[in-house]
Amino acid sequence: MTNEECKKAVLDIIADIAPDEDLTNVKPDVRLRDQLQLDSMDFLDIVMELRKRHGIEVPEADYLRLASLDSCAEYLTPKFNALAAKS
Amino acid sequence: MAGRGKLPDAVASDVSRAADDKNVHGKEGFIAFGRLLASDFLLAHPLNLPRIVITGVGLTAPNGNSLAEFRRSLLTGVAGIEWLDVRYMGRLLAGVCHYDALRHQNKKEVRVGTRAGSISIWCAREAIADSGVAFEAFPKDRIGIYIGCTEHGNVETENEIFAISKFNYDTKYWSHYHNPRTVANNPAGEASLNLGVTGPAYTIGAACAAGNLGLIHASQMLRLGEVDLAVCGGVSESIHTFGIFAGFKSQGALATNDVPARASRPFDLARNGIVVSEGGCLYTLERLGDALARGARIYGEIAGYGVNSDASDYVLPNPVRQAECVRKSLANAGLAPADIDIVNTHATATLLGDIQECEAIRAVFGEGCPRTHINNTKSFIGHCMGAAGALELAGNLPSFDDLTVHPTINVDNLDPACALPGLVLNAPVKAARVDTILNNSFGMLGINSTLIVKRFVA
Repeated sequence: MTNEECKKAVLDIIADIAPDEDLTNVKPDVRLRDQLQLDSMDFLDIVMELRKRHGIEVPEADYLRLASLDSCAEYLTPKFNALAAKS
Repeated sequence: MAGRGKLPDAVASDVSRAADDKNVHGKEGFIAFGRLLASDFLLAHPLNLPRIVITGVGLTAPNGNSLAEFRRSLLTGVAGIEWLDVRYMGRLLAGVCHYDALRHQNKKEVRVGTRAGSISIWCAREAIADSGVAFEAFPKDRIGIYIGCTEHGNVETENEIFAISKFNYDTKYWSHYHNPRTVANNPAGEASLNLGVTGPAYTIGAACAAGNLGLIHASQMLRLGEVDLAVCGGVSESIHTFGIFAGFKSQGALATNDVPARASRPFDLARNGIVVSEGGCLYTLERLGDALARGARIYGEIAGYGVNSDASDYVLPNPVRQAECVRKSLANAGLAPADIDIVNTHATATLLGDIQECEAIRAVFGEGCPRTHINNTKSFIGHCMGAAGALELAGNLPSFDDLTVHPTINVDNLDPACALPGLVLNAPVKAARVDTILNNSFGMLGINSTLIVKRFVA
């Protein structure tokens, strides 16, 4: 998985948990909470959906790594690829 | 307009104090326990409590999403029962509501919240709009939301268990929304969030008597001066839990019929059980003085009520206690049985329950009430559980204006044990006079409620 594919996977989740948001121009280097109406429960949704859809665990200590699309890609892409290598 | 009889000393003292406060504070005279004006006592009911009136109605029923639509369906024989796929059970008969949730909620609110919360928001917003009250300017801490529920939390709990069953029942997949979705106050809480209401907002658990209890409790809170505007009634999301269907089926009390519209048939010999429905109906209630001061449309006045408990069985009704509840409401309203123009029955189309309610009604109304009509709204919409009392009252309220009594439909062969005088069967009837409506709602664990609403006469 590439970083861009990882960002798309995250955006697909956000599209479901924040269905009123326009996601066409999300800036990858800006904190998601600074450009979208997302609260702490929504972030827990992102964590839950990563677990349910992709089998990826994000420990609480790493929640800040999900701050922006860029940081998500940096943190999650290796996890996606590690899972793919296992299967 | 004038008070009826001498004010009790305590009340007279409050009136005097309120009058004094009025001099100091002008129009907004306050007494110790709320914004009760002297005029509220001068517009008092027979017990010298402030008179309470209905000024707005918001509803969603399986056969209508406004009072006008709902009433039209009741007068033209339109039932609202359809087939619904129920988890683990397959296709069952149910009353399903088809309101536009996105009129008053965004998509995220619908996703995060519950169906009962969504129905509450719809009904509350529609009722407030209907009331014409200046809501934006209204002090939000002086509004109370009181919503009757039969049950709450089963839908979300079943959904979560189903969801984790796909993950070998590992609870790390359990939703973090579970608790806010399943707390008993959820429906009222979601309405308070949506409306920005900061006054008391909570639910009242009273099984299928809950819709009436919402109005009764709101009347009490208004009379105590706890709030100045009450949004109240009942809601139900029960069709989204398989448990309620399975429970009634295990009891042998779940309706079956090849034709959905014919399935709910109280008083008919071929009745075979309950059609479970969702729905909601919330009213705005105000003290008469406030309603008159703003020139509100008044649908009717809370005349009286009775609430009691059978204390005899988990599920079996008790006609002696039901009759006591009806008598209690009549005494509270200062009315005799012959004063009642419409009795809206609770009957759910179970074999025993219908007969026992008829026994209770017969005991109170006997043969000496020639102008009393008796009907049943569940024959159109099934059993809307916590919403039932509130919705069924709404279905009859327009009778004050159109002098028409909606019928009980689907009665092909009247059960002789249910053959009450005045029963309106299969087609609406015109009434010479409709000044009072008595609404029965009874629930499991023996909770009984009777609410009487009368035509408003200044």
